[in-house]
Amino acid sequence: MVRKSTVFAMLFLSIALMYACSKNEGELKPEEKSVIFERPSNFPDPAYNFENNMLTKAGFALGKKLFYEARLSADKSVSCGSCHQQFAAFTQLDHKVSHGVNNCQGKRNTPPLVNLAWQKAFFWDGGVKNLETSPLNAITDACEMGTDLETIVAFLKSTAPYLALFKQAFGSTEINSQLILKSITQFTGVLVSAHSRYDKVIRKETGSVFTDAEQKGYNLFKEKCASCHKEPFFTDFDYKSNGLDIISTDEGRAHITGINSDKGKFRVPTLRNIEYTSPYMHDGRFYSLDEVLEHYNSGIKASENLDPLLKNGIPLSEPEKEQIKAFLKTLTDYEFIKNTLYSET
Amino acid sequence: MKLSQYLLALICPVILLSASCKKNNDSIATDTKSSFNIEFENQVNGAALTLGTSTYKNAKGEDFKINVFKYYVSNVKLTKADGTVFAVPESYFLIDASKDNSKMITLNNIPTGDYTKIEYTIGVDYARNFAGAQTGALDPTNGMFWTWNSGYIFVKLEGTSPQSTAPNNALTFHIGGVLDPNNTIRTFATEINAANPLRIRMDKKPEMHFIVNAAALFTGKTDISFATLNFTMGGANSVLVANNYANGLFRLDHIHN
Repeated sequence: MVRKSTVFAMLFLSIALMYACSKNEGELKPEEKSVIFERPSNFPDPAYNFENNMLTKAGFALGKKLFYEARLSADKSVSCGSCHQQFAAFTQLDHKVSHGVNNCQGKRNTPPLVNLAWQKAFFWDGGVKNLETSPLNAITDACEMGTDLETIVAFLKSTAPYLALFKQAFGSTEINSQLILKSITQFTGVLVSAHSRYDKVIRKETGSVFTDAEQKGYNLFKEKCASCHKEPFFTDFDYKSNGLDIISTDEGRAHITGINSDKGKFRVPTLRNIEYTSPYMHDGRFYSLDEVLEHYNSGIKASENLDPLLKNGIPLSEPEKEQIKAFLKTLTDYEFIKNTLYSET
Repeated sequence: MKLSQYLLALICPVILLSASCKKNNDSIATDTKSSFNIEFENQVNGAALTLGTSTYKNAKGEDFKINVFKYYVSNVKLTKADGTVFAVPESYFLIDASKDNSKMITLNNIPTGDYTKIEYTIGVDYARNFAGAQTGALDPTNGMFWTWNSGYIFVKLEGTSPQSTAPNNALTFHIGGVLDPNNTIRTFATEINAANPLRIRMDKKPEMHFIVNAAALFTGKTDISFATLNFTMGGANSVLVANNYANGLFRLDHIHN
C-alpha cells in the first residue's frame, strides 16, 4: 500500500515537472525557442540537409551572433548582416554593389539570402558549391570583410562570451573554422521564405486569394517569365545572359567555367521579396521594377551569349506591366522580413 | 541456502557476459592492426629543397626559386600480394615544405600484413571539394581552399624566376579543379619490391621514404617556360602542370621495415 502511494507520488511529480518545463518554453526569447527547419509543402526536398550539422537552438543562436558580428571584419565595421539586411530580404538596400571594409565598393550586387537550403551553387557565378563554405568568399574578399579565417578563429578564442557559446553549441571549448562555418549555416540555412501571399494562395490556405490584377499578372508571368524564374523558387538556378550589354564587362559564369559561351552569364535571381531587394541585376543597374520590365520590353541587347528566349525581347503593354508588378508584390513575405527569430536584437 | 541461489543467479550472467566478451576480443585479435609512417623528402632535381634561397633550373634551363611548396596526399590505398586492397579511411594529408612536422605522416589502423603496392591521390577527391566545412588537413585555414570557386588547391608552388613576365618576376602555380575538361585529380601508384614489401606488424612500424621532386611540375609531358607560363589557378594550364607531375612528382626511394 505504501509502495503504491510512492509510485503515484513519483508519477504526479514527474507530470508536474513536465508541465513546468512546457510552461517555461512559452516565456523564452525567440532565439531560445527550438529552431526547426521544415520543408514547406509547396517546396521540393532541400539540397542541404542538417544531418551532418545538427540544428540546435544554441548552434543557431551562435550562428546568428556571428552573422551580425562586425568585429570579424578587418576594420571591425562590416558584418554579414551589413550587406544582408533582413528588412531587404537579406540583401543590401539602395546599394548597387556590396559595400565592404574601408568603404570599398565590391564588384557585384549583394544576393538576397533566402531559401539557401534548396540552392546547390552560390553567388552570381555559381562558384561556390556548398552552403557551409559560402561565407568564405565574403570573409576573405578585400572589398568585403577583408580578413581571413585564422584571424577570426583567434579573435573568437580571445573574446568573451564566444568560448562559452561554442561550448553550448557544439559541446566543446574548441573553436575552429569548421564549427564557425557550421554554426553560421545553422542560421543561413533556416532563412526560409515561404509565407508570401503567393505561397498561401498556392497552398490554398484559408482566405488567401489573388486580386483580379494579381491573377492576371500571375497568368502573364507564367506565360512570359516563368521559363527562367521557375516556381516555387522563382529561379531555375541556371546561368543566362539577359541582354544587358553587347559586351559584358563582368565575365560572369565564365570566370568559373573558363568557357567562352558562359561569358556575361549570371545566375537567374530569385524574385521572392523582389519588392524589397532593389537595386536589380548583377551590377545593380536598375533601381525600380519599372526599369526592369522596360528592359525586357524594349532594352534587350544582342549580347554574345544572349538567351535564345530573349532574342525578340518580351513585349509588354503598360497594363500588362502593372499586372505583373501586382503579382510580383505577392511574393513579399512579411513573416520572413519581420521574423524576430532572424533579427539582430 | 536461499541467498546463495540468488548469488548464483546474479553471478551466472556476469560470467556468461564476460565469456562472450572475451570471445569477441579473440576474433578481433585474428585481424590485428598497426601503423606505418611515410616520410616525404622534398627535392628539386636531386638537390634538397630550400625555400627562398636556393636557385634551381627548370627543363628549359631557366633559373627559379621556390618560396612556397605545399601539396595534398589523400585516399591512400595499400595492396597485398594476393590482390586484397585496403583503403585507409579518412586519409588526408597536407605536406608543407615550410613545416617540418608535416613531412612525416602516420597512417593508423592498418591491417597487419605484407603490402606490395601503394597508391594515393595527389590532391583531394571530387566529393570533398564540394563537401561542407572541413577540418584537419582540409581546414580552409591551411590556405589551400579557393573561396571564390569551391575546391582545393592540390599542389601550390610559388616562387620567382628572372624569366617570369609577371609582376615581381613571380611564379604562381596553384593547381586544382575537378571538373572536366580541367580536372586535375591525379593518382600516383607504385609497386613495392616483393623482396622487401611494406611489412606491417603489431611490433613493427615500418617507414616508407618518398622523394618529392618539385621540378616535376615543369617537365614530363610538357616542358614549361616561365616566360610563357608563370601563373595558373585552375584551368587548362593547370592541367598541363598536373599531367607533368602525375608521374614525376613522387618516387619511392626505400622502406625501413
